Amino acid sequence: MNGAWDVALRLVVVFVVFLTFPLIVGQTEHKVMAHMQGRLGPMYAGGFHGWAQLIADGVKFAQKEDVVPAGADRRVFQLAPAVALLPYLLVLLALPIGPGEGAVGQVLDAGVFFVLAVMGVGVLGSLMAGWASANKYSLLGGLRTAAQLLAYELPMLLAAASVAMAAGTVSLPGIVHAFHWWWLPWQIVGAIVFFVAGLAELQRPPFDMPVADSEIIFGAYTEYTGLRFALFLLAEYAGIVVLCGLTTVLFLGGWHGPWGHDGLGWLWTLLKTAILAFLVIWLRVTYPRLREDQLQKLSWTLLVPLSLAQIALTGIVKVVIS
Amino acid sequence: MTLAATTVAASGTPGFLSPTGVEIAFLLVGLVTLGAALVTVTTRQLVHAALWLVVALGGLAVEYLLLTAEFIAWVQVLIYVGSVVVLLLFGLMLTKAPIGRSPDADSGNRWAALTVAVAAAVALVWVVVDAFRATWIDLDGPAAGTTEVTGASLFRHWVLPFEALSVLLLAALVGAIVLSRKARADAGPAAPGKEGAR
Repeated sequence: MNGAWDVALRLVVVFVVFLTFPLIVGQTEHKVMAHMQGRLGPMYAGGFHGWAQLIADGVKFAQKEDVVPAGADRRVFQLAPAVALLPYLLVLLALPIGPGEGAVGQVLDAGVFFVLAVMGVGVLGSLMAGWASANKYSLLGGLRTAAQLLAYELPMLLAAASVAMAAGTVSLPGIVHAFHWWWLPWQIVGAIVFFVAGLAELQRPPFDMPVADSEIIFGAYTEYTGLRFALFLLAEYAGIVVLCGLTTVLFLGGWHGPWGHDGLGWLWTLLKTAILAFLVIWLRVTYPRLREDQLQKLSWTLLVPLSLAQIALTGIVKVVIS
Repeated sequence: MTLAATTVAASGTPGFLSPTGVEIAFLLVGLVTLGAALVTVTTRQLVHAALWLVVALGGLAVEYLLLTAEFIAWVQVLIYVGSVVVLLLFGLMLTKAPIGRSPDADSGNRWAALTVAVAAAVALVWVVVDAFRATWIDLDGPAAGTTEVTGASLFRHWVLPFEALSVLLLAALVGAIVLSRKARADAGPAAPGKEGAR
């Protein structure tokens, strides 16, 4: 009975995090972007600095009519948002935020592979949406999504493999346990490759070619309205939370910090994740969108060689110190 | 392969008549996988075929999980669902596949294909049944398919096949690059070769 309660409690906590953190990131994006551009951003909803803006947006989305285009493949079209969103919920289950048994939804033996595999499945949602909408813009968006995923999954995997080699384990809590501060300079190239490739997989600017609004309206999501559209947006922000959390756990040492990692370790994890999320927003405001050929070139001629070099370096250092 | 090394013939052979929960789940998932695979090859809607393939490959991953081979299961999802199916969908999007049935999505080789498929299935089932007969995996003991066990058996007992396979894949990769470059030289600025190389 105790075990069942424990599992239920963990699931509820992960679910609450899944529902709130993406909204917090979204609201932060509204405000940070606005201030970086010399605006104020939302100021009215909820009273204090527009804190309830995204709740108001959610209410608006829920009231809109759910339209399925006449020529669309109905069932695939309707299923796509769920396929895009649910994988991130599953990934959150496996992310450890603190030391000890209680700080992770579910300990997995091959956590790194689980996380990367499930994140890859999420992109299927965009592909399904792009194809099933019966819209040329959507189809173009879907094509670009697929090309981008194929290009960036490899460096992401290689970077994650490097850190798994360093730790000698593929379990996420195991990797954080093995972390030492000098891993930071040792794995820094891998960390940057992983983060950049993750941004591309999430289709965040400057890698937002698949949803480039000035060219193809909104890519694969062009035909979506109401709640289903909101689910796609939620998936993007949940993806930011997951990517930042994952980078923190794999490369930045998770709950390790200068002090207090016994009781307050989870605070370090959250702090690092929040800083990375801020960085994601900052990049969106700073860089212009990469063109499709630039995207492919960046991955194949820069990120893949860099990640291979990182693996070689990891191997050499590992052999020397053991 | 890896499981064979650690499979134990449990004492007091378990019977077929009192299946455990895991065995029932294994059978049910197997049926779903088989059904999805059949729909994949029979449906006239091309993209649906690719999506049913996701179900079939995912079902296979669940089967691995039920046999405690967690690592193999996640790699299955990562490679097949995450990459191969995405590549398939990418290819399908480049075709004129309509939404709904493709009238020409049929092949004259239906019976030949069926014969080959049945022959291959019979051969595989025969080999597996003949190799394992009535051995049972002890699911209650230490997990027989953890990353550690898989890695140890792969790199201790099966290093040579592993390396041979990687050389084969490398040859395929180089071949793909050569082919795509040649096509570009012939037909001017043709399709980008990089997706083909992956």
